[in-house]
Amino acid sequence: MFDFTVVTQWVDEMLRQLLPAPLVNATEFVLVGICLLVAYAVMALGLIYAERKVCAFFQCRLGPNRVGPYGMVQTVTDMIKMLIKEIIEINHVDRFLFNLAPYIVIIASLLAFSCIPFAKGLEIIDFNVGIFFLIAVSSIGIVGILLAGWASNNKFSLIGAMRSGAQMISYELSIGLSILTMVVLTGSMQLSTIVESQADGWFIFKGHIPAFIAFVIYLIAGTAETNRGPFDLPEAESELTAGYHTEYSGMHFGFFYVAEFVNMFIVAAVATTLFWGGWMPLHIPGWESFNAIMDYIPPILWFLGKSAVMVFIIMWFKWTFPRLRIDQLLTLEWKYLLPINLCNLFLMVFIVVFKLHF
Amino acid sequence: MRSTQEYFSSFFNGLGSLLKGMSITLREFFTPKTTEKYPENRAHLKMFDRFRGELIMLHNEKNEHHCVACGICEMNCPNDTIHVESEMITTEDGKKKKVLTRYMYDHGSCLYCQLCVRSCPHQAIAFVPTFEHAVFTREKLILQLNHEGSHLEENKAETTGKSN
Repeated sequence: MFDFTVVTQWVDEMLRQLLPAPLVNATEFVLVGICLLVAYAVMALGLIYAERKVCAFFQCRLGPNRVGPYGMVQTVTDMIKMLIKEIIEINHVDRFLFNLAPYIVIIASLLAFSCIPFAKGLEIIDFNVGIFFLIAVSSIGIVGILLAGWASNNKFSLIGAMRSGAQMISYELSIGLSILTMVVLTGSMQLSTIVESQADGWFIFKGHIPAFIAFVIYLIAGTAETNRGPFDLPEAESELTAGYHTEYSGMHFGFFYVAEFVNMFIVAAVATTLFWGGWMPLHIPGWESFNAIMDYIPPILWFLGKSAVMVFIIMWFKWTFPRLRIDQLLTLEWKYLLPINLCNLFLMVFIVVFKLHF
Repeated sequence: MRSTQEYFSSFFNGLGSLLKGMSITLREFFTPKTTEKYPENRAHLKMFDRFRGELIMLHNEKNEHHCVACGICEMNCPNDTIHVESEMITTEDGKKKKVLTRYMYDHGSCLYCQLCVRSCPHQAIAFVPTFEHAVFTREKLILQLNHEGSHLEENKAETTGKSN
């Protein structure tokens, strides 16, 4: 299997020959940053296109089909439109916080994005508490949303932000507990180790019942965490115009929009990493030739393919279920998901202690 | 005890209904899409029969229509869209008769309610499902519906009095 560290080491050696030592690190930081930002932007464009197509297909439409083949250039043109739009100065806002909020949201999302192990050796931040770090940074985004709502000086924005706060703090528990369930099974928080230990079977098979329950809960809580339908009541366009980003325009709005989509990808990617083997190819014990063929598919494709399926499921949720009311939302979390999650965690501990997993 | 039972039953009921909803949307995902790619499929795009695009006067192959210029359509029109212009002529056997000269239809003010077609005692007019009606001036929307040189269908004129 192709190890991406070959490429990174080659770049590193080349830079060391060309530049003095202190500059090498700085150059590498910049290079990694650029790669990350480009990947982030491309991912966002792809996801927006996918969302519009999937939404259209669920509604018996074709979706974008005019610009480029199958409308694939549509999101690029939308991005250009968004970039050249004016950022309107609002009179009675807290200007500093108002302008700061979208950057906090996007930085949180970018930090979480950089933790994801895309392929063998292709991970930017990888250390012993990787998944913990990921949860921590992805929760920073909520500060940005609350700031946006507060600084906008608008009732709709404030209500949206407060709902978002209540929702994210509640569902963070579910996400944390379902991830903890998997950490109990792995015995490690390092994302690369988590993926490596799934070489002989993905955790959804290894951990069978509790892993599956944890997966379902993770997916529900992850959907809520990204403020997507049916949990999109912070935005609830029919009652709050656009929730916390009502007052934003131009690229500031674009940051919220892009962060929402990439957060969906991050949730899908973490689900892939934790439950579906990350970039590990599908191996069935005994089928040697089948396994050999599966090894030929590059790990990045495995990872993106699995994440695409997860993203599709999240979109499927959005275009099927009606939006929840705030009390229904909190009932779902506190009365159903949380108790189930705690029982599930106990079950997983039981299974791990008595070695009932595969 | 009862509330416990309710808790679990509501949980599984909810789960069941969610899965049912998801199965329905997934089926919808794979159904053929109804979107018409309009300018490309212009050649074979067919509107459904009940679509009301434009009022026409029905003419047969001998360039005859059924309109007796009674003006009921004009009276029924809520928008004053139709103007029936007629004249009195004396036929060979000395009878006085009202004959249609021009049937004017202002497409720009028609609201496609079909009251004219419903009220016509001779089924002389009908709606057709054409839809490309864009023109550059309003004058072009005022149409004369009876064809040039057309006249009332002869046997029809004799029988209608009895049948109605």
